[in-house]
Amino acid sequence: MKRATLTLGLAFGLGLVADAASAQTLKTVKDRGSLICGVGQGLPGFSSPDDKGAWTGLDVDLCRGIAAAIFNDPNKVKYTPLSAKDRFEPLKSGEIDVLARNTTWTLSRDALFNFTAVNYYDGQGFMVRKALKVNSALELNGASICTQTGTTTELNLGDYFRANNMRYEVIAFATADETVKAYESGRCDVLTTDVSQLYAEKLKLTNANDHVILPEIISKEPLGPLVRHGDDQWFDIVKWVHFAMLNAEELGVTSKNIDEALKSNLPEIRRLLGIEGNFGEQIGLTKDWVVRIVRHVGNYAEVFDRNVGTGSRLGISRGINRLWTKGGIQYAPPIR
Amino acid sequence: MDQGRHPVRPADPVSETATGLRAPPRVALYNNPKVRSAFYQIVVLVVLVACAYAFVVNARANLAAQGFGSGFGFLGNTAGFGINQTLIAYSETDSYGRVFLVGLLNTLLVAGIGIVLATILGFIIGIARLSPNWLVARLAGGYVELIRNLPLLFQILFWYLAVLLGALPGPRDSIGLGLQPILARLAGATRWLGLPDAVAQWWQGLADWIGPPELYLSNRGLILPRPVFGEGSEFVVAALALAILATIALRLWARRRRDATGRPFPVGWAGFGLIVGLPLATLVVLGAPISLEQPVLRGFNFVGGVRVIPEFVALLIALVTYTAAFIAEVVRAGIMAIPRGQSEAAQALGLQRGAMLRLIIVPQALRVIVPPLTNQYLNLTKNSSLGVAIGYPDLFALFAGTVLNQTHQAIEIIAITMAVYLLISLVTSLLMNLYNARTRRLVER
Amino acid sequence: MSAHAYLRRDMIGPMPPPLAATGFVGWVRRQLFGSVLNSVLTLASFLLLIALAVPTIRFLVIDAVWEGASRADCLEETLGRPVGACWPFIAAKFKQFMYGFYPENELWRVNLTYALGVILLAPLLVPRLPYKTVNAILFFGVFPVVAFFLLVGGVFGLTHVETRVWGGMLVTLVISFTGIIGSLPFGILLALGRRSDLPIVRMLCIIFIEFWRGVPLITVLFFATYMLPLFLPGNWRIDPLLRVLIGVVLFAGAYMAEVVRGGLQAIPRGQYEGATALGFGYWRMTGLVILPQALKYVIPGIVNSFIALFKDTTLVLIVAIFDLLGQLRAAFADPNWSTPVTLFTGFAFAGIIYFVISFAMSRYALYTERRLDTGAAR
Repeated sequence: MKRATLTLGLAFGLGLVADAASAQTLKTVKDRGSLICGVGQGLPGFSSPDDKGAWTGLDVDLCRGIAAAIFNDPNKVKYTPLSAKDRFEPLKSGEIDVLARNTTWTLSRDALFNFTAVNYYDGQGFMVRKALKVNSALELNGASICTQTGTTTELNLGDYFRANNMRYEVIAFATADETVKAYESGRCDVLTTDVSQLYAEKLKLTNANDHVILPEIISKEPLGPLVRHGDDQWFDIVKWVHFAMLNAEELGVTSKNIDEALKSNLPEIRRLLGIEGNFGEQIGLTKDWVVRIVRHVGNYAEVFDRNVGTGSRLGISRGINRLWTKGGIQYAPPIR
Repeated sequence: MDQGRHPVRPADPVSETATGLRAPPRVALYNNPKVRSAFYQIVVLVVLVACAYAFVVNARANLAAQGFGSGFGFLGNTAGFGINQTLIAYSETDSYGRVFLVGLLNTLLVAGIGIVLATILGFIIGIARLSPNWLVARLAGGYVELIRNLPLLFQILFWYLAVLLGALPGPRDSIGLGLQPILARLAGATRWLGLPDAVAQWWQGLADWIGPPELYLSNRGLILPRPVFGEGSEFVVAALALAILATIALRLWARRRRDATGRPFPVGWAGFGLIVGLPLATLVVLGAPISLEQPVLRGFNFVGGVRVIPEFVALLIALVTYTAAFIAEVVRAGIMAIPRGQSEAAQALGLQRGAMLRLIIVPQALRVIVPPLTNQYLNLTKNSSLGVAIGYPDLFALFAGTVLNQTHQAIEIIAITMAVYLLISLVTSLLMNLYNARTRRLVER
Repeated sequence: MSAHAYLRRDMIGPMPPPLAATGFVGWVRRQLFGSVLNSVLTLASFLLLIALAVPTIRFLVIDAVWEGASRADCLEETLGRPVGACWPFIAAKFKQFMYGFYPENELWRVNLTYALGVILLAPLLVPRLPYKTVNAILFFGVFPVVAFFLLVGGVFGLTHVETRVWGGMLVTLVISFTGIIGSLPFGILLALGRRSDLPIVRMLCIIFIEFWRGVPLITVLFFATYMLPLFLPGNWRIDPLLRVLIGVVLFAGAYMAEVVRGGLQAIPRGQYEGATALGFGYWRMTGLVILPQALKYVIPGIVNSFIALFKDTTLVLIVAIFDLLGQLRAAFADPNWSTPVTLFTGFAFAGIIYFVISFAMSRYALYTERRLDTGAAR
């Protein structure tokens, strides 16, 4: 009896979502008045809340870009922190609209969901204490390694050490915090995860300068937001929000000069900002969708710099995340 | 009542009288207890089957939508990840089925050792709680109250995070244990005491002769030397088996002799001597075929030797101390259930407290102790699954943790895990019930 | 008087008093130092006590830091003396420990719920106060509904608060109380079913009870978290906390069934026969005659179940729900407070809370047991 009441009441309170696999996510989001974004549980640079509960990060800014494009207000987002183990189920069930949680694009995951774009090209690396005087991952024979369970990290680790005929001891923990804590207490010599996460976790250590990140990258980890199967329009929207930010950077449009750019005569910029053509409306947004995104959130360079680049505490260089014109592999299709 | 003169029909109490000639009253179908009971049971069955059917249909639909795959074929897929404690040979190319075996063995290991140690500690504390020494009794009581009122997960995390990881040094600063460090400290102590230097030198020389410490304690675990079985070691093992059989036979013979003539025989000491002495003698005669491989610190960790990971130690300590508190209460209840007359009679016979407990009280108390003790053993086995919180690779952490994350086949994995725990519980209950039957063979006047 | 040698002329001087055999000193001699073994044991225990108590008190009180704003205030280098517990760490995280991330301006709802709970529970615990039935109905029937609407919100103008942000003591108490309140009717039904004459019902109840008692609680939580959504139609979303609550109620119900069964077995057959003689059917007999007596007998058992459930709420940490222990573990990861004593301070704080509540409840159980004179005092 009481359980039925609980279920019904909770359903009433939460609002039942009619059918998770419908092609109506945009309509649902607009009706709701806000976007529900699945993010990480506190990874500096990608998605972490500050003391007052405001979220910042690369993935967070993507969500804010989507909200800006739809509502012209980047703050109409609700963030749902998810652990590595439980990140896919809420997306499947419709609890969240998009999962922006530095998730690696793999075939087995693509079979279940749609990866929209890669907003950060990453790879797996190792972090050790400087005192161990290790300069390369190939010197790690016999080491104890802490990693997080439920991720591709464990498997990549096994492959690398097997391929190089090295022994190792692996200790797997359920959350990133436990893993870092164990590494810091000395339970293991090495911490392994995506390099961007290593930079972020390094900030959480007591003496960040005592640790060094080894140069080897042992895997491909293209990180990007995911959406459900079966909703092509929503898939296009999320994908093109990222491409809009890349195109804006390519054309030199920033949140600072957006007003001058609106007066530009260059046909590419005019198409980008919606002065010519109705490209935004073709995917279900407004004509000035890119203006909204860039004005409220910025282009990709600003977003990168502010969250993980030289303007942030992490200080990661653009590397292969530069635009294709600058030698990197971030490449956006044209808006036309 | 004369059954022969009437047709055989089920006795109907409402109508049977002394003459027994009245016809049975007509009872409405819905008032007939048999019909009602059958009806209710059918209703229950129908509801149950309908629910089960609905669940199965929903599950099928949901699984198809998810596309994760189903069936038990995943047990043959390659695992791809490493495990840091394996009692059997395991590598990343082994299948999920082998992962299951490794996890199961780890669970049985911690449960088995935990049960033995918890019983010993529990009995000690339970008896200490009944000690006439006020301080000892209160200390034991305080221990029981403190441990029973703190959650087990809390205690596991405490032992792991605060004690093992917090207090122990890294592998390069390992604490050496064993004979050598003791002798070295003795040497230091003699110097400090001001005794002649020759004595200190003698201790030091002995310490150096023994070589490096045998055991190392660090936050990577406890490193023990590993026995290496060379040629001829089968004889040592055979000698050990022989000694055990001989002790059992000796016990039977001693009991028979005591029942016949009343003369006791120190089976305990003799058995101990046999079990230790016979294999040792074989060892010496054959020229030490079993050698010890000493662990050596090379690079990051120790190479060689047997490593007991700190997760195992923390889990074991927490489980043992927690369950021992409950066993202590069970033992205390059992001992207090014995009538006072028994202990008074024992004292009148001149038995000291130790002998009284060993020969009179505890054998009788076992009848009361064994059923709740079984319960505690089952609890310990089930609680061993909490090792997942500190990364101990037992069945739950490996199978329902890592494998579940990688294959997403929740129903099969959780069903297998639950079935295995049920099986372990059943087997433990069965064995304890056999033992219980033995204690009930106690013959009273 | 003739001068016989054996006759005394002077009074014998007073003899020294005998060694004390009574009073405190005598008690000490007898109890603590009665024999060699006893003396050794006493000395060892005393040393053990000193070795445990002195560092604990020094850590918790003497060397403790009482004020500060960040980790620097709890480091040995800053203070220049050995540092004990870092209480500012607890103070800074206190709100998280008690409420989780419940929105600040809605905390009054949680406090109101706590207050209501205390007001309704306290009279129920004191045996002497009257109106127990009304009190019980209010506490077990009305209070859960009111608490649900207060905490979750979404109606009556209260903003909706997702269960994902609940944490700390709030979650611990919600799970324990819901577990007990939900498992009580469920356990009663199971116990009655187990004693039923209908063979199928009895067999089903036995299988159900033995199954749930034979598996660890953590597998039940995993079952509820991962498998329950699969068994329901695809478009139903169940809140993660609700899944855990369902799992806990199922698990606790099986254990409660055994406790209630013990009470049912203690009812003499005469009660059943008397009720049948009065013409009561099964349900009237059970509801009006048997259950009130049985439940009174098993109150100590129910309180013990509650203590066990209260301690088992810590397991939800493993399915990523943040109860008090989960919040504690998350707080350990904050680099702002990372010092060598943070771990011990946090464990001391949580340990004190758990110990005080569990100990109080177990004392209450003993008290009711003694009052009802039915407990297995052995």
